[in-house]
Amino acid sequence: MEGELALLGKYIGAGLATIGLGGAGIGVGHIAGNFLSGALRNPSAAPGQMANLFVGIAFAEALGIFSFLIALLLMFAV
Amino acid sequence: MATEEHGSGLQIHPMDQFVVKPLFGDGPIEWYTPTNVTLWMGIAVLAMIALLVLSTRRRAIVPSRGQSVAELFYGFIHKMVEDVAGHEGLKFFPYVMTLFMFVFLSNMLGLIPMSFTTTSHIAVTAVLALLVFLTVTLVGFYRKGIGFLGMFWVSSAPLILRPILAVIELISYFVRPLSHSIRLGGNLMAGHAVIKVFAGFAGAMGVASVVPIAAIAAIYGLELLVAAVQAYVFTILTCVYLRDAVGEAHH
Amino acid sequence: MATEAHGEAGKAVGMPQLDFSTWPNQIFWLLVTLVVIYFVLSKIALPRIGAVLADRKSTITNDLAAAEELKQKAVAAEKAYNDALANARTEAAKIVAQAKAEIQKDLDAATAKADAEIAAKAAESEKTIAAIRDGAAQAVAEVAKDVAGELVAALGGKADAATVTAAVSARLKG
Repeated sequence: MEGELALLGKYIGAGLATIGLGGAGIGVGHIAGNFLSGALRNPSAAPGQMANLFVGIAFAEALGIFSFLIALLLMFAV
Repeated sequence: MATEEHGSGLQIHPMDQFVVKPLFGDGPIEWYTPTNVTLWMGIAVLAMIALLVLSTRRRAIVPSRGQSVAELFYGFIHKMVEDVAGHEGLKFFPYVMTLFMFVFLSNMLGLIPMSFTTTSHIAVTAVLALLVFLTVTLVGFYRKGIGFLGMFWVSSAPLILRPILAVIELISYFVRPLSHSIRLGGNLMAGHAVIKVFAGFAGAMGVASVVPIAAIAAIYGLELLVAAVQAYVFTILTCVYLRDAVGEAHH
Repeated sequence: MATEAHGEAGKAVGMPQLDFSTWPNQIFWLLVTLVVIYFVLSKIALPRIGAVLADRKSTITNDLAAAEELKQKAVAAEKAYNDALANARTEAAKIVAQAKAEIQKDLDAATAKADAEIAAKAAESEKTIAAIRDGAAQAVAEVAKDVAGELVAALGGKADAATVTAAVSARLKG
């Protein structure tokens, strides 16, 4: 009984943890959208900022990956 | 088997592809045992040699196709190091190139069906990230002495905020290797696990399995992109961190 | 169950990534791989590609310089050609002007000669005409004297030659 309950909590926790990925999606979309609107205003400056775009996306995505990792840990490791 | 043990109803084992197995026999895994990790890292080395050494052995002024690819990689990373880490960072060009070639080739080789993705293992990415972290820290202290700590003291902020910012900067500095490694490993692991989950659906759905198979094809394309982008991001972040150690300007 | 699974550190349990028994193996082979890649890259591949790129750059630079030189030569040749053309043109214009002047001179001389001849002929003709006119006037006066003398004789008068001549002369004059 106690094991069943723990399993339930584990799965629910894993599911909740994946919500964090939505935040990463919002963040990455925000960066990409702002980059695009900036690039459309000043297309000549856009290629020079590609590196910053990817670094920004990477930073935003890292936090989403953390929540995904927590979900995985709950599913398979705890 | 493990998931059954956990009481899961689905017969999908998305994590089985990451299991480290000895190449010969079934013995325990000692630190020197040749495993599938060894095999796929060796294949990555061979691919690197084929790509960068064998293709350029003619040293042609007008390059062949293979040589063009090698020069493309060289120029790409060289420009990245020069642009991001500055001219001083070019001393670390072979190091950055090593990281990029290893991560890129491992990611790409991992996308071959039935292969083993070495970069999906936290052990591997953690070592890569820790190497970068240690390099940056040691080089920073070696080149700038105690002035390297000035990077945590944000002189452009108001005086009251500076201690708080210093704490935040310090934390973010020490979280770097964690995020650096988890980003690479997590992305790769997630993509491969998703493909495996969809493959499990395809096995269970009979005729309707066309849908998950199409989805797998689409995700595979996405994974190709992810493999390249993650290698790029890992390398460019290495360059960004290196800039803190060798460059004059910091963020 | 969960705690049991946690306790088992064997393979194929949960996430293989967190199976720490395989970590030394992976880390060892990773370091071997990285060292191999680093040495292959820094000793063979990167210097070679760098040299090839530098070679190509210098070749391109040399070729560009040679092309620039050739271009200069071409420009110079064109300039020489244009100069020659301009010279030839002025020369031709000079020759044309000279020829024109000569022709004009000849023409002027011929015209003058012709004018002089015409003038001489006209003077001669005028002289001749004047002589003829004088001759005619004298003949008219003589005829008139004779006719007048005859007329006077026919009318029965006795004509004095001197008077008749005076009268005819007076009439001819008036």
